[in-house]
Formats: sequence, C-alpha cells, structure tokens
Amino acid sequence: MDLVSTMVKISGVVGVLLLVVAYMVLAERRISAWAQDRMGPNRVGPWGLIQPIADGLKFLLKEDFTPNYVKQPFFWIAPAITIVPALMVFAVLPFGSFLGSQKMVIADLNIGVLYTFGIVSLGVYGIVLAGYAANSKYPFLGGIRSSAQIISYEIAMGMSVVPIFMLIGEPGLLKSLGGEGGAWAKFLAGTEGLNFSRVVAYQAESLFNWLIFKQPLAFLIFLVAAFAETNRLPFDLPEAETELVAGYHTEYSSMKFALFFLAEYANMIAASGLLVTLFLGGWSLPFLGLDDPATSVLGGVLHILIFMAKVFAVMFLFIWVRWTLPRFRYDQLMQLGWKRFVPLALANIVITAFVLWTVAGGQA
Amino acid sequence: MDIFFYLFAALTLICGLLVVANPFSRNPVTSAMFLVLTILSMAGLFVLLNAFFLAAVQVIVYAGAVIVLYLFVIMLLDLGADERRRLNKAMVGLSFLGVGLLAFVLVSSIGQSEAVGALSSPRLQGTTEKLGKALFSDYVLPFEVVSVVLLVAMVGIILLSKRDLK
Repeated sequence: MDLVSTMVKISGVVGVLLLVVAYMVLAERRISAWAQDRMGPNRVGPWGLIQPIADGLKFLLKEDFTPNYVKQPFFWIAPAITIVPALMVFAVLPFGSFLGSQKMVIADLNIGVLYTFGIVSLGVYGIVLAGYAANSKYPFLGGIRSSAQIISYEIAMGMSVVPIFMLIGEPGLLKSLGGEGGAWAKFLAGTEGLNFSRVVAYQAESLFNWLIFKQPLAFLIFLVAAFAETNRLPFDLPEAETELVAGYHTEYSSMKFALFFLAEYANMIAASGLLVTLFLGGWSLPFLGLDDPATSVLGGVLHILIFMAKVFAVMFLFIWVRWTLPRFRYDQLMQLGWKRFVPLALANIVITAFVLWTVAGGQA
Repeated sequence: MDIFFYLFAALTLICGLLVVANPFSRNPVTSAMFLVLTILSMAGLFVLLNAFFLAAVQVIVYAGAVIVLYLFVIMLLDLGADERRRLNKAMVGLSFLGVGLLAFVLVSSIGQSEAVGALSSPRLQGTTEKLGKALFSDYVLPFEVVSVVLLVAMVGIILLSKRDLK
C-alpha cells in the first residue's frame, strides 16, 4: 500500500513537472516577447497554447545528428545525466499538506536539505561531460566555465541556508503549533532538524515568520546562487552566445538538445520550489485558516495550488530578470561568488548565532 | 533489504574495479566517472546502515566536489599518452596481491576484535543532531586538528601554484 501511494505520488509529481516545464518554455517566449514589445508565438492554438506540443513534435521528428568526432558514450549519456537531478530534487519537497491521510511529499527525509545539495551537485556532470564529449573548443570552454561556476556558487548557497536551520532547530517548535495531537503533530511526526516539513511549519503561523523577512540576506544570497546554479542570465556564461556559440550544447541536435533545454527549465522549477519552501512559507498561507495542515480534501487541494502559485511567481521573477539584466563578465561572476557572497554568508551565520545566543539569555 | 545490500556491494566492487582496470577503455575520464558510480553505490550502502548523514555527505563531498575537480584536471591536462598505454598485466596481478594481503589483515583483525560480537544490531543509531553535538563537544579537538590539516594543504597549494610568492 505504501509502495502504491508512493508510486502514485511520483507519477503525479513527474507528470505535472514535465507539463509545467513544457508550458514554462511557452511562458518564457511570451513574456520575453512582451518585454521586448513583440507578439511572441501566438499561431498554434488560442494564445499559442498548443505551441509546446508543436515544439515537442519538432524535436522528435528532427534528424538526430551525431558528429563523427564526438566521444560517443559520453555524448549519449550527458543529456540524460543533466535532466535526472532536476527531477530528483522534488522527492523531498513538501508540495502540500495532506490529501486524505497522505502527506504530500514523496520522501520525507530527515536529511532533506543535504539530500538536495547532494543531488544538485551531481547536476554538474551532465554539463561537464557534454562539454568534454563534444570534443571541440567552444563546448569544452562552456563545460569548464559551468562546472567552475556551479562549484563556486554551491558553497555560498549551502552556507546561506545554515542560519535557517539554526532558527528551525530551536526547541519548542511543535509546542507553539498546538502541541501533541493536533494536525501539526501528525504532519511533523518523526521529523528532525534538517527536514523541509519543519521549515514550512516554522513559517506557517504568520507572514513575518516567513524566512524571507527573518533572513533577508540568506534569501538574497540563495536567490542569486540559484540563478548561477541554473545557468540563467545574468549568469549564463556557460552558453554565452556571443562568445561560445552555444556553449556545452553546441554539437547537440533534436531530442538530445531538447533534454538540455528542458533540464534548464526543470532546474529552474526545482530552484523555485526550494526558494518557496525555504523562504516563502511553502504550501501555507498565514490567513483564511490555510496555515494548518489540511483536514479536508478541499483544503489539501488548495495547499497544493498555493504551492504551485508561489512557484509560478518565483519562476516569473527568473524570466523577468533574464530579459532585464545584461550578462556578467566571467571574472565579475567569480569575484561576486567568492569575495562577496562567501564572506557575507559566513557573517550571516555568526550574526544569527549571536542573536540566538543573546535571546537565550547568554546561556550556552 | 538483503537484496539491496548485495546489489550495492556488487555495484561498488564492479565499478571500483572498472576505475583501475577497465579492459574496454583507457580513458581517464571514464575512470573518473566509474569512481563517481562507486561512491554513489557506497552512499547506498550507508543508507542501508541508516547512516543517512554519511550517505549525503559522501555524495556532496566526493561525488559533487572532489571528483568534479579531478575531471577538471584530467580534461585540462593532455593525458593522451596514458590513454594509449596498454594495461600492464603484471601490475594488475601485483595489485590483486596487494589488495588481497590488505583484505587478509583487515578480516583477521576484525575477527579478533570483541566489538563485532557485542553489536546486536548492524544498523547504526543516532541522528544528524547527535552526530553534530558529539563532533562539537566530545570530539572538538580532533575535529579542529583535521581542519588545521586541511588549512595546511590549502596553504601548500597556494605556495606551489604561485611561483612568484617564493
């Protein structure tokens, strides 16, 4: 029974995710057109709504061209390695409270945030291998740039979330949420410090508990690092068209190229999901009785919709920034990561620790 | 659960073998990628022992950072000569002998220690929280000493790579 419900959840999440990815591509094209005072794709179906299907068909039917100087096995597995981590991040994110008696998270791991960073750090292999397999200069430079960028920003990203878990780890979280026997006790059963459900629980009660307000610096660092990790403008150096043709996926065509393309959007959705869960209250809203885990099916569905709405809002921010800001230079990118964000994140940890220590009355 | 143990153990051993003695390819990048698979299978073994924290750290530190840097170095250096060099059969035999001797020492020392019999459950107990508390209270000195060792390594690298500092 457990296995069946998990399988249902996995298929549901992956299905919705791939659908959202397809429509995010359309949304990006429409929003970019809007930003540049153009029309954008509006021919296929009303408002261009069937465009993603047309794009998908095009990718499937195009010739799958493999240049004969590429390193075959790596050339084939690189696109697959790129898209898998993006999908796996969603395994630990709570995308809703309860639907019936089922908790709306695929695997409620107690090392949730560590799992996420582990998976995210594996994403770099797809890009490195793609750059290596292409066996030509521009893709190789793109791959090298990307791996350096992702490793650098992972450090700032990892350190930016440490203060969050220092706050969550404070004792008495459950007591402030109605104690034993309530809906929260059921939701948090068996969870420990690094669990994402606890992050949501911490933020649920009031708007000012949202960690974007309690840890604005952490939010800023995480947001910028998320842009760098997903290779989005203003940090899309790995595929900077003006310098590198198309970076690591220059030699790819048809469905293999589509996988890289979809992975970028899946990564964006995963980053948005993380931002929403860590800083924007997750599936909860602090009014209309939506702050507690749902007891009815309607409430459960509402919580899932709230989560999706918040994710879409952050996605809009990603797209908006892409069509607004110019690209950074590579040395500026590295300076920002290592010389600004790493010290700031460290300072944030120390300050949070000091504040917590003062609030606790100077006790160790 | 036993099936998973055998699966991950077999994967660890096979991928580990392919890192050092791959009969199909002498490409160092292939070796590095098999090293990633070895480490991921070992993380699987840690999960089976309920050591989730160790599994996650294994993936983040080794698969996510260390081997990416290996790949960097391998790709930037031209290792064409190594790729063309054939597998030295004598070296393979010698390495098996060495590993066999090491395994003999380990197995016989495990058999002699009393702790194994005393452990009733093979599953590890304790959470990330307890591990953190232990690291920062009882074991804080060894922990700090390790970080000093890492610092020394870092300073050494900077000194070696910056010739003009000498």
